[in-house]
Amino acid sequence: MFALPAAIIVVAVILFPWIFTLFMSVHDWKVTGATPFVGMANYAKMLVDERFQWAFVRTLTFTAASVIAPVVLGVWAAVCFSSKFRLKGFARTLFVLPMMATPVAISLVWTMMFHPQLGVLNYLLSLVGIPPSAWVYDGATVIPTLVMVETWQWTPLVMLIVLGGIASLPTDPYEAATLDGASPWQMFRHITLPLVWPFIVVASVIRMIDALKAFDTIYVITLGGPGTASETINILLYQTAFAYYDLGYGSAMVVVFFVLIMVVSLLLLHVRQKQAFQ
Amino acid sequence: MKAHRIRHWIGRIGLYFSVLMLVSPAILFFLWMLSLALKNESDNTAFPPVFIPNPPTLDNFIDVFAKNDFLTYTINSVIVSFSATGLALLFGVPAGYGIAKAKATKAAVLILIARITPGLSYLIPLFLLFQWLGLIGTLTPLIITHLVITVPIVVWIMIGFFEGLPGELEEAALVDGATIWQAFRYVAMPLARPGITVAMILAFIFSWNNFIFGVVLAGRSTRTLPVAVYNVLTFEQISWGPLAAAALVVTAPVLLLTLLMQKEIVAGLTAGGVKGG
Repeated sequence: MFALPAAIIVVAVILFPWIFTLFMSVHDWKVTGATPFVGMANYAKMLVDERFQWAFVRTLTFTAASVIAPVVLGVWAAVCFSSKFRLKGFARTLFVLPMMATPVAISLVWTMMFHPQLGVLNYLLSLVGIPPSAWVYDGATVIPTLVMVETWQWTPLVMLIVLGGIASLPTDPYEAATLDGASPWQMFRHITLPLVWPFIVVASVIRMIDALKAFDTIYVITLGGPGTASETINILLYQTAFAYYDLGYGSAMVVVFFVLIMVVSLLLLHVRQKQAFQ
Repeated sequence: MKAHRIRHWIGRIGLYFSVLMLVSPAILFFLWMLSLALKNESDNTAFPPVFIPNPPTLDNFIDVFAKNDFLTYTINSVIVSFSATGLALLFGVPAGYGIAKAKATKAAVLILIARITPGLSYLIPLFLLFQWLGLIGTLTPLIITHLVITVPIVVWIMIGFFEGLPGELEEAALVDGATIWQAFRYVAMPLARPGITVAMILAFIFSWNNFIFGVVLAGRSTRTLPVAVYNVLTFEQISWGPLAAAALVVTAPVLLLTLLMQKEIVAGLTAGGVKGG
């Protein structure tokens, strides 16, 4: 009874689009003109569309890197923020700012920092004797650079989830280990890590879903460029539907994209249940 | 004993060094943003870069508001985010209560799916729907689509809070002859007020930050702030000062809210792993 109004909203705003998307994906649907039924033609097109296939591969690469780096750094940060030190609350708030800030705003500032001639990043590199990078202006460096932005932005979320895990741990194993003369690293490796492993898996799944869906930063910083060097499925999807107005093909991509996200999330959660960290 | 003390101090230094390494990318980034916004154009394009604005100037902010209709966009953003947050609380708080009390896992899964689905996938059908209804160019489509972000956040956080509340007080109220609705309204809801605050702040922030719905659905006069700022980039590639000033105007409310309400925000994010869009 209490959930009824919300259920109606969810059905209207979420279920209707899904059914309609499935319907459009089997039609040749442009914004104007007739919309003939074409069966699986839109899906078949993906199998021969090299641009889509490259976007698919790029999305997986970008996602893998954008999960690993924030999770490693986020666990490190969570361990640090679980200790007591001066100004801890303030430091933690500053650390969390990148994920709260408006993505479009931070993307614009990153874009200015990446400027090859006038950007502050190349200046900072020159101070320590590293040659300038082309950052997002070169096909070879654009994905690593975007992964760096993603890591900067989303490591805090991993940190918060893992920190919540560390806070819920019992203290007696640590007391016993301290009595036995264990080093901090041994305590981390053999007590903290196994116990917070479920939290790390949850953080990884959330991070992975968000990285697959990454849109704002890529759209603002590169719009998929240079060329199509940073065009992920989400960006290609946007271009197909709202720049080329090929809504039928765009809808088919949405369906495949959603299946991809569901499959990878379920796989990771399955791994969590099967194999507890030793 | 001495070796132990030395090890303790090495540990402390390592900890402070780690924290410094982790926090400095965020601090330096936002300081640089502030620096860009407060410098004049020749300092902004100087190489080597000028770090401290001398003297700091507000010209960039004046320029942004003079050249763009930022006031309208600010009002748009306020209307959209407040409406989407308000409606989400109205529907989401009772829903969270219902799901928590009935242990309705299926309903909770539905909320999770909403969290997983890419924002773009709602947009193609909704774009057509709003076009047919003749609503493109008004704020209504934006408010409706922003519910996709705010409702799951509110429901998800409220499920967690209501599950954590002891049930005895409501049971006592029911025994005393209160209806379920009264038990919810006068017993459970006041107890869950901290949870409602958390849900409200996070829903508001992620609605305010949203870009993708606005970029597709907003017309010239219905742009929200993130979309408006993106357009400053397209038209003024080179002027970094106004661009940084515009970026700061958009994100300043969110940054201030985060600094002021850090405890609530951290609690909410830890509980839900929330993020919209």
